[in-house]
Amino acid sequence: MTRRIRQKFFLFSAAALALCFVWGYRDLPPFGQVTSIYADKVNAITVPQRHITDAVTAVNFDIRGFDTLGEEFILFTSVMGVVLLMRRTKDEPAGDHEDKVQGRNVPPVSDAVRVTTLLLIAPTILFGWYIVAHGQVTPGGGFQGGVILSSAALLLYLCGTYPKFRGAAAPRLIEIAEAVGAAGYIIVGGACVALGGMFLENLLPLGKTGTLTSGGTVPFINLAVGLEVSAGFVLILLVYLEELMEEKES
Amino acid sequence: MNYLPYAVAAWLFLVGLYGVISSRNLVHLIICVGVIQSSSYVLLLAIGYRTGATAPIFVDVPVGTPAVDAVVQALMLTDVVVEVTVVALLLALAIQVHKRHGTLNPDELRKLKG
Amino acid sequence: MIALQAFILLFVAAAGTAVVFTRDPTSQAIVVSFYGLLLGIMFFVFQAPDVALSQIVVGAIALPLMIMLALARVRKQSRKHQR
Repeated sequence: MTRRIRQKFFLFSAAALALCFVWGYRDLPPFGQVTSIYADKVNAITVPQRHITDAVTAVNFDIRGFDTLGEEFILFTSVMGVVLLMRRTKDEPAGDHEDKVQGRNVPPVSDAVRVTTLLLIAPTILFGWYIVAHGQVTPGGGFQGGVILSSAALLLYLCGTYPKFRGAAAPRLIEIAEAVGAAGYIIVGGACVALGGMFLENLLPLGKTGTLTSGGTVPFINLAVGLEVSAGFVLILLVYLEELMEEKES
Repeated sequence: MNYLPYAVAAWLFLVGLYGVISSRNLVHLIICVGVIQSSSYVLLLAIGYRTGATAPIFVDVPVGTPAVDAVVQALMLTDVVVEVTVVALLLALAIQVHKRHGTLNPDELRKLKG
Repeated sequence: MIALQAFILLFVAAAGTAVVFTRDPTSQAIVVSFYGLLLGIMFFVFQAPDVALSQIVVGAIALPLMIMLALARVRKQSRKHQR
């Protein structure tokens, strides 16, 4: 069917879908009134029973830690898929040097960019680990801090050339780090089973509320997830940049 | 105002869907799938919000102050990070399609066989 | 507070429409970055700081970066196809 017919058909079915939305929304409570008892219970018990002040991290890694294990493995699998899809097959040359557009002036990286990014790498790494470590006290956690850490690797690429970036962030090392992070989550759960409880049950001493060591197994899970997410994003970056190295160095 | 967030979620879903079906470029299509996903974030946020309540972080407020739903936020949190990785996978697929067929237009891709 | 929430919701709806109707992927990457930032601000206004942190870092930085890298690679491949 042509594009016109497709668009007209879509408008008709979108109207039907909008009617379904309206029909479904009539049973929802009006905006601003929460009717969920589970939410109130979670907010009431995180500090007294779990010694964690960030309720979202408590739900993610402690009360519903098993779901987060599944989400983390979705991330792991898609990173693996990206690496598999973008690897160089045997019939492709390893970077052909005639692949430059004639007459295109690529300016070199300016000194202001290099100095700024070089100065920002260390504070970014520090800030990333700060967010990862304080996941159970203030807003933060493994996922957010891991992405901030991977942006530090991006800064490293921006202030140097691609071979230097690849030397500093060796792919083999990043893959091992990602695997260690993903396995760390399962090892923490398995340690709970070894200690006599259920998988991912929080059996370690819970610590004082508001400190970095509160929450039992949550700091360890935070570290594992932070390592895995940051390594996964750096791996995606490495794989995407691999074919572009000639354009940067021209 | 009572049902505005729900209407915005439905609107984002429909607009993203329109972008998917009327797209002429695979990368544009993938970004529209991201817009559809963000409509689910708006809906989840609207379900969990309580008027006049604060964030569910109890570092500086005493336990027992009305706070918004933390379970829904936990659902959204992992989803935001995982979505970007899935978009990276989809973009890698689009690059492979372009390598094999030389075009990123879905209409032309339909005509190529084999 | 109610006016701020209504305003930011309408702004998000308009920005989502703008993302879809920008057809060229290169300019769409910039619009998506702005949309991600706007979503992060919306999460913050609705009392969700954790999710806002994730969304700002990921949606405003990592996502447009990946789109640009994919487009650069596609452009390089199409130059190779033309020869």
